[in-house]
Amino acid sequence: MRIVRNGLLAVALAVSGCSGNQSAMDPDGGPAIHIAHLIIGIVAVCGVAWVLVMVMLAAALLRGRGRTGREITNERSLMRAVIAAVAVTVVIVAALTVSSFFTTRGIGVPEPAAMTITVRGQQWWWQVMYADSGPNASFETANEIHIPVGRDVRLELQSADVIHSFWVPSLAGKQDLVPGRSNILLLRAEKPGIYRGQCAEFCGLQHGHMAVLVIAEAPADYERWAAGQRQTALLPSNPEALAGQAVFLGKPCAACHTIRGTSAHGKTGPDLTHIGSRLTLAAGLVETTRGSLAAWIADPQTVKPGNNMPTVALTGVELQQISTYMEGLK
Amino acid sequence: MPNEISGAPPESYFALGKPYETDAYNLSQGKRLYSWFGCGSCHGDDGRGGVGPSFLDGWWLYGPEMVSIVASIRDGRPHGMPAFRDRMPIEQIWQLAGYVQAIGSYRPKVAAPSRNDDNQSRPAENRGPAKILFDPGPVGVHPDQGPSP
Repeated sequence: MRIVRNGLLAVALAVSGCSGNQSAMDPDGGPAIHIAHLIIGIVAVCGVAWVLVMVMLAAALLRGRGRTGREITNERSLMRAVIAAVAVTVVIVAALTVSSFFTTRGIGVPEPAAMTITVRGQQWWWQVMYADSGPNASFETANEIHIPVGRDVRLELQSADVIHSFWVPSLAGKQDLVPGRSNILLLRAEKPGIYRGQCAEFCGLQHGHMAVLVIAEAPADYERWAAGQRQTALLPSNPEALAGQAVFLGKPCAACHTIRGTSAHGKTGPDLTHIGSRLTLAAGLVETTRGSLAAWIADPQTVKPGNNMPTVALTGVELQQISTYMEGLK
Repeated sequence: MPNEISGAPPESYFALGKPYETDAYNLSQGKRLYSWFGCGSCHGDDGRGGVGPSFLDGWWLYGPEMVSIVASIRDGRPHGMPAFRDRMPIEQIWQLAGYVQAIGSYRPKVAAPSRNDDNQSRPAENRGPAKILFDPGPVGVHPDQGPSP
């Protein structure tokens, strides 16, 4: 009884894993829907073929050796059955191949895509660069890609160090990020939501903590977000945050990170101009709160061992100030 | 870590077998820091020199000891070398110094940093580039730094 109950529970858990946050079986974007249809189609066809083969096998086993009277007259019809089976197999395999070609075509990138976003994989985070046309339009963020719903978005995938792979199962297939070249991926979300993805190619110690969030919003919400991101960081009004800014600019932080609107222009680490507006910190590792920001700054090598953020010696007061400042960069 | 006054390495540094000089991970990090912090804009992307002195001609203005290299990076030197005291934590300065020592060393180290993705413009770090490219008459020394060594 207990075994049955546990078995049912396991099945229920396995099935519930197929919908929700991160699954190719829960598609919400054009390319992912094509891929899901292909998966379901192939599984259905192969499943039916497998059942038929098993039925024939069972019939042959159960038939027994007793009745052997009509062998010679049956030779010709046997041959016909074999030819028919081979023909059906050829037709099925050819049909699956053709449907796979059509799926590949469906997930291809149309030339005049509405917008292009450059995604650069780094050990172990995602650098996201928006370069729209128009004055002062380009901005940069990290580990979070906002896209408007129902529009084709062309992702230009690059890598700064090793091979990574971009995979948001609910929206699109996998695509590698290879150092020294750009790969293109079509991303399209049919309905608003937060879609999680992650690096799908082993890329080093923290490969498992290299998540990316794709946030699909209605076009108006997206435009509002993009306008906010284009702004330079505001001068903090709170005195503690103001002191935090001074600490940030005086310590090694500013040598690797950019905060637009200040003298910090480092290019090595993520752009922190609007870090307070991002949902997660350290590529999906923890939620962005003042506490997690402070923990990350105080000891990044314990939070995410092996990453390239060094421990910068700060006093307790400085840590308070700098985490207040970071949290306020909305 | 070295204390603020003298810059002498702590005892743990020797107990660990001088990791910043001998360990491939630290040399690799040093190599990354070399490009991240723009050392190449004066010393050349491959360390061949430019506005600043070369690391590959076999000559050391302040000696090849780690402490001396760390001091040069941390505090700067006359005639253009800026101080990185406020831009890099001290551990990163030691990693960078280990890499600089590796490319300027007369004898290749056993450990090597990760290789380049682009074409090599000089012998790789584990071949002792400074030994191969040794230049008996170094160029680019500022006259105020005394007679050529």
